[in-house]
Amino acid sequence: MTGLLYLIPIALLLGVLGLVAFLWALREGQYDDPEGAAARILMDDDIAKGSDAENKRRY
Amino acid sequence: MRSDQVPGIEMLGCPSGLEPSADSINQDHSDIIDPTPYISRRDGTYTLELAVFGAKCAGCISKIETAMIALDGIDNARLNLSTGRLSLKWHSTILAPIEITRTLHDIGYRAAPFDPAAGESDHDAEGRRLLRALGVAGFATANVMLLSVSVWAGGGEMGEGARGLMHWASAIIAVPAALYAGRPFFASAWNALKNRQANMDVPISLAVVLALSLSVYEFFAGGEHAYFDAAVMLLFFLLIGRYLDHRLRWRARAAARDLMSMQTITSRRIRNDDTIESVAVRDIKVGDRLLLSPGDKAPVDGMIINGSSYADVSLVTGESAPRKLSINDQIHAGVINKSDQLTMRATASVENSLIADLMRLIEAGEQSRSRYIRLADRAAALYVPVVHSLAFLTLTGWLIAGGGVRLAIMNAVAVLIITCPCALGLAAPAVQVVATGRLFKSGILVKSGDALERLAEATKIVFDKTGTLTIGRPQLKNRSALPADSLDIAASLARISRHPLSRAIVDASGAGTIAADAVEFAGLGIEASINGQRARLGSAEWVGATKSDDTKLESWLKIGNTDPVRLIFEDMPHKDAASVIAALKNDGLSVELLSGDREDVVRQTAEQLQVSDYSASVSPQDKSAKLQELTDSGFKVAMVGDGLNDTPSLALAHVSLSPGSAADASQAAADFVYLSEGVGPIVEAVTVSRKARKRVLENFAFAAFYNACAIPLAVFGFVTPLIAALAMSGSSMIVTLNALRLSKGPAPNDNSFKIRLGD
Repeated sequence: MTGLLYLIPIALLLGVLGLVAFLWALREGQYDDPEGAAARILMDDDIAKGSDAENKRRY
Repeated sequence: MRSDQVPGIEMLGCPSGLEPSADSINQDHSDIIDPTPYISRRDGTYTLELAVFGAKCAGCISKIETAMIALDGIDNARLNLSTGRLSLKWHSTILAPIEITRTLHDIGYRAAPFDPAAGESDHDAEGRRLLRALGVAGFATANVMLLSVSVWAGGGEMGEGARGLMHWASAIIAVPAALYAGRPFFASAWNALKNRQANMDVPISLAVVLALSLSVYEFFAGGEHAYFDAAVMLLFFLLIGRYLDHRLRWRARAAARDLMSMQTITSRRIRNDDTIESVAVRDIKVGDRLLLSPGDKAPVDGMIINGSSYADVSLVTGESAPRKLSINDQIHAGVINKSDQLTMRATASVENSLIADLMRLIEAGEQSRSRYIRLADRAAALYVPVVHSLAFLTLTGWLIAGGGVRLAIMNAVAVLIITCPCALGLAAPAVQVVATGRLFKSGILVKSGDALERLAEATKIVFDKTGTLTIGRPQLKNRSALPADSLDIAASLARISRHPLSRAIVDASGAGTIAADAVEFAGLGIEASINGQRARLGSAEWVGATKSDDTKLESWLKIGNTDPVRLIFEDMPHKDAASVIAALKNDGLSVELLSGDREDVVRQTAEQLQVSDYSASVSPQDKSAKLQELTDSGFKVAMVGDGLNDTPSLALAHVSLSPGSAADASQAAADFVYLSEGVGPIVEAVTVSRKARKRVLENFAFAAFYNACAIPLAVFGFVTPLIAALAMSGSSMIVTLNALRLSKGPAPNDNSFKIRLGD
């Protein structure tokens, strides 16, 4: 049973990691434009050749 | 710059083809707005926020952003697809801001600038707070449940020490998490109590706080049962409902704001030195000279000081015939100039224009509507006292029966926990989210959270005529009665003109040639030579015909010495109008027509569409009065209208709908805006909202049934934390699944994607 003394904190730690990741994503604005995020993955950034400003952009 | 000059872009508008481009929507409108007055400047950086209409896919993002970056000077362009918001940043001054909107127009999107001062922050702070609380509650629920399940599974075998350890860990997670995640409920409950009222959040807060304190007490007293998991799970489920509800309202508000932004257009002012500048409408002062090109809308009330033109007044008065405006004529805000350039002098600022008077009527109407109490709140008002007295009875009952203070409190708290309105809190928002999502796919925007409930209650539907049931523009009526070739000849003359009747002839004839030497004589007609003969298209006197004595809109064509041909025009009902009205009657709604147009025109339309109740020549005030009368006689009225003259009644009605082609103020006042040709979406909106109401009531019935089963168990002390957890999650799941059933059903009609925003 002493294994629980390690396992419970480990389980909690993993849970906290998930929570921190979620809060981080929320603060970074990842939930501001869910539809755009779904669409942007389809865009070919490599093909776009244009002004310097365009090449500076990275999403 | 035309679209074919933008590198790599051939097609206008959304490349997925789901949306028509701005060009195909507004053929006769030069609606490129100069956004200069809306640019904000800070530390040498210029920023501009635009609402872009018609962007729907990944192709739109890259098309718009590429085109913006390609403009000289633009440093950063980012399109938010969920909100349709485009933010631009630049540093240099070489860029003419109108290039931005012109480029967007050229690639096929309609755009309107946001007022940075008036626009409240888009940042959805409340939504983020709820999401954070939801994340914390989710984390706590998962981990506490893990520990609780092992306690339950361990049952009698688990030793005192191990159980203590589990409870101890649970307490450490659950207490701070519940205190954090419960804040939205605690705050709302506290506010309600301060006002001596009880809302749904009072029993929720009470259940959470009591469950936590009882569990902590039991933990220290070495008791067997702890409700840590129940407290956090309760919050988790309720926060889901709360977040869905918030998102719905926020989206509705954003949609309303987008529509309002179309109203903050700019206008062209003539300076004293005769140069032209772009001004925001709110900055127009009395006495300013303003230039109105064909397609422009008069921003304020005024007087024509130069030019003469035909104007579309249908949005202001409901009159379908175009009106001729010349020097010294009054022009009202909202009138659209159609054929020639006009100069007007402002006689009122925006706040004093006709449109502002209507706005005040709208506000009055909206106040009366805000008294509507939502179904969920009505359920809560019944529910709260019942549950609290039950818990109190349980407490006293067990005390009298001699169960001891501890047992009595335990059971009373169990009653509060198990009756906690989890299902109620989820029941309504889940259904509404699914229903509005479905309507959105059919091109119907729902602008307020409880609009669906109100539409489902409607017993009478009142239509405006011009532009709502009818197309709103004159159409050629006697096409089949015309001699051969005359339509083609008339069209070849009409193609050089922007007169509304000329447009109707061209629409009827389709693509074709322009008569080579056609000349337009303002106010008279068009002349050209066809096969060596003189051809004239215009008014009766001008072509030399005898004017007929009826009041129909007409135009005459005379070729050489042949007899003049009469072309008759009238505004026609939408193709689907008759079937929609039949369907609405079939749904048990009584239909009525209220129009500002002339008696004979209204009668004809009413007969055509088989509407027996109609009134003509109704002023905006009369419309509101009539609506009030109907409301007083017990009808719940749904109003459908598009004009400024309908706006007060739209705001006053129990629920209101407006087409996407409506005046901006009408769209702002309406609860539903449907974005397609015709009136078909109205049936869809009524059907879906009635289904949604049915689902909500089903969910309430289920919640009541579940409570009826669970409460006796709790009152007599049979509820353990395990039973509470099972019952709670089970009921929430069933309620959500029932809501999801709504997304199934007959597919939305094919017209759904013909989006028309603005006019």
